Parts: sequence; structure tokens; C-alpha cells
Amino acid sequence: MQCCVCKEKQATVHLTQIVGDKMQKLDLCEDCAKAKGVNDPTSFAMADLMLGLGASQELESAGAGVELKCPRCGFSQADFKKSGRLGCPECYRTFAEGLSGLLKTMHKGTRHVGKAPEALRQTRDNSDRLRTLQKKLSKAIEEENYESAAALRDEIKLLGGAVAKAR
Amino acid sequence: MNAMKDIHSFLCSPAESTHRHGPHDRIVMSSRVRLARNLREFAFPGWARKPERVKVLEMILPAVSALPEMADSFAEAMDNLSALDKQLLVERHLISREHAAKSVGSGLVVNRGETFSVMINEEDHLRMQALRPGFQTREAWQAIDQLDTALEKKLNFAFDNELGYLTACPTNLGTGIRVSAMLHLPGLVLSEQINPIIQSVNKLGLAVRGLYGEGTEALGNVFQVSNQMTLGESETVIVERLEKVLAQIIEHEENARQTLMEKKPKVVFNHIGRAYGILANAHSISSKETMNLLSFLRLGVDMDLFPGTERSLVDELFLITQPAHLQKQVSDKLSAEERDLIRADMVRDRLKNVSRPVVKPSSGTAN
Repeated sequence: MQCCVCKEKQATVHLTQIVGDKMQKLDLCEDCAKAKGVNDPTSFAMADLMLGLGASQELESAGAGVELKCPRCGFSQADFKKSGRLGCPECYRTFAEGLSGLLKTMHKGTRHVGKAPEALRQTRDNSDRLRTLQKKLSKAIEEENYESAAALRDEIKLLGGAVAKAR
Repeated sequence: MNAMKDIHSFLCSPAESTHRHGPHDRIVMSSRVRLARNLREFAFPGWARKPERVKVLEMILPAVSALPEMADSFAEAMDNLSALDKQLLVERHLISREHAAKSVGSGLVVNRGETFSVMINEEDHLRMQALRPGFQTREAWQAIDQLDTALEKKLNFAFDNELGYLTACPTNLGTGIRVSAMLHLPGLVLSEQINPIIQSVNKLGLAVRGLYGEGTEALGNVFQVSNQMTLGESETVIVERLEKVLAQIIEHEENARQTLMEKKPKVVFNHIGRAYGILANAHSISSKETMNLLSFLRLGVDMDLFPGTERSLVDELFLITQPAHLQKQVSDKLSAEERDLIRADMVRDRLKNVSRPVVKPSSGTAN
């Protein structure tokens, strides 16, 4: 049997995980198993256990080989792998790229709908409006309706400034 | 903050807390909605160092205690609570087992009546929950929504326009909501329908857990059903979906009980009769066995096999026979063996006026 990660070496470590009624099987070679921390249960990625196999890898692959570290709290990818939790609110920005794939598999959507703090509700409504305007603009350009495109562009500029300031 | 305040005397008496009624409380024992919130400027509790956690606690504890809903409340740092007090709070479902393990830098605020409980520096800076008896998930959501709105005026919550409320674990991101109900499902267990039901509930993206939440077993045929996904749907949609599923589970449980009585009355009478026999006569009994047998006693009361006996008698026993409650009433220096003796005495005493189950002859002779 081939290792399902490197697809080269012989798989000698076999992992079975049951989540709900779904069974996932992983066949790994010595090296890939070690890389995933499977040989040493103490360092086994909690992130993978809790968030599904491959979660920590997903976050890692986003860093393109460089280990990302949160500039505000110093939390790293390795820390996420260990705990399955993030370090601070800013981490969501630091690890945004890797997290987006993870969130897709975990939740109904990747965009929050629902309650927002009152103070931020205005900003959020503005960003929603900005999004709609941008869609309208692309459509206007596509239809070569330059008059309304110009008007839309002005409105976007104005609203965009307000949104950026609020952040 | 008064370190000398005793949580045991603050909490409702077990009799009081088990006499509260809510819709469908034959099957839905309680409903709860919790929200996870964090402060924008601080690291999450699991990553923050002690001084930072203490600072967060010192900011949040007074802010929560000052809310009108918490006017009469018990507010305390976790390091001022004994292990036994913490266990007592777990048995009341006011804190999680994870929170019971916390000490310096974590805290708790519970209001009188136990309708609100706020854990500070559990996995998130704030885990606030509203609890209601019976099937009242919507009411619980409205209550905690109000509390959250009042609190956001005083605290700066970490919120992102795209991702919503930011939480330590990505699984709680967005709304940070967990809506759950505690269900007593002996009918589905006895008729062996519980596993397929759990599987289909799981398929809908809902979790089914045991009595004390994550990773715990379903003692006494009690199951917790809750949402898992928190991002991409509004709180109302999440609450409504859970309500629909709960309504279906209630119906299945009612049907299962009825079918059992029609087709296998002896199986039902056997379980209830044996449960009564042991509980009313045992001289040593573990907490686990007590819970499992009380479940059938509760079923017997629901099925009118114990005329004149209130369900609250069973629910009260369910609470007071648990280890921390028992130690609080008697002594905390008891060994497990001694507790089993006292527990059996307690149960026998409470059941001394309960006659053995009335078996209805009209139920047929099948099986």
C-alpha cells in the first residue's frame, strides 16, 4: 500500500478516524507519519483531532514554507497545530489564508450573518452596501454603461473612505 | 467580591430548582443558549499569560456583575472556589468541566435563580449562557441576546465584519452561539432507536452529547443536542433549525413510549419495576447506577405508574445524589464507599411513601 501523502513510499502507519458516521482512513509511510506527528502521541496535532485530519496542514500550506507568526501575540502555526486554538483576535488576520479553507469545511458559510455590536453595525451595513455597489459597477462596465459606472465609482469612493476610517 | 460567600447557600435548593416547570419538560429537561465573546485587545485565555488573564478578569467581572440581570448574583474568581464547589456547579450545569479545572485568572458570575451564568476566561474571555426549564430555546436566546447587548456597551468585543465574533477556536467563530437542550429519551433507548436518531441528527450538522457535554456518556438516558456550525447563518436561523429538530425528537420519543406500551409492555414494566425495587431497597448504590435507575423511575411517573408521585421528586433525587451535592449535604470527608451507603439511605428515605408501580392489566399480554 502506498502512502497517501507522498504517494511514493510504502505505508506502514494506518490511522482510522470516525467523525459522526463518516470514517476516514489514512495510510502513511514512516516519514510522513513522523511529519504529521503520528508516531509521538504527545505531539499529535490536536488541530487535526479536533478540526479533522489535514487541518494543521491546511494552515501550514498557506504559509508557503515560511512559518507565520502573529505580529501581535506571537502565536505560530506550530502552536495552532498543538492546541487547535488561536492566540488572539488578530490571529484571524495573520492566518486568514489558511483558515479560509478550514472554515469552509467547518461551517455553513465563510461570511458572518447575524448579530453585530451596535457600534459596528453601521460599518457593516456600509461594507454590505459597498459590495453591492461593486457588483453593480462591474455589471455597468460589462454593459458599457459608462455614465452609471462613473456615478457608481464616485459613490464607492465615498463609502469606501468611510468604511476604511471605521476600521 | 466576597470570598467568604458560600456558593452552596447562594444556589437554589435542589427542591426549588427541580420544581420549575417549562413546556414539554417530560422530555426536554432544560434549554440553554450560550454566546462566546472576546475582548479585542487581549490574547485568548489559552494563550494569554497569567497577568493578562487576571487583567481581563478584573475588567469583565465588575462589568458583568453591574448588569441589571445580575443585580443579585454570585461573582467569584475560580481560585477562591474549592474543588467541591466547582464540582457542585458542574452538576448544576452552571459551569463546564473545563471551567471547573481553571483557577487564577478565571471567574464566574451566576444570578439568583440560576437563569444566567457567565464564565470568564474559560476557552474564550466570555462564555455567557441563559438557562430555562423545559423547551424554551427561543426564550433563552432572547434573554442572552439582551444580556450581550447590555454588555457590549461596556466592553469592546472582538468582531470582524467578515468573520463575526472572533473566538479562540475557529469552530465557534461568527455568532459564537451554541443552542442546546437536555433531553430525557428512555423510550428511544429502550426501543433501540436512539442510534439511528443520533446519526440522523448528526447528519443535520447537530451534535449529540452526554449529560455533561463534550466527551461525556449519556447517563440516565439524558442527551444534549446542540448546533455545531456558527458561521454563515444568523442566530435566529440556528435557533429555529434546532427547534424543528427538537420538536421531531420529542415526537419520536412520545411515539416510542406509546409503541413500547402497546407492543412490549412487559419490557417497560420490567425496567421500571426493577428500578423501583433496587432504588427503594438498596443499602449501597453508586451515583451512576442511581442515575440510570432514576431515569426509569421518571419514565414510570410520566406513564402514570406511580399515581400521586411528582416528577420533581425524581429530578430532585437525580440532583442530590450526585457526588458533590451529596458531599455538600453530609460531609466532604467521605470515601466513595461511604457515599454509596449514604446515597442508598437517602433514596430509600425519599421513596418510602412511593408505592410500587401500578401495572395496568389493560395493557395486554404481548411479550
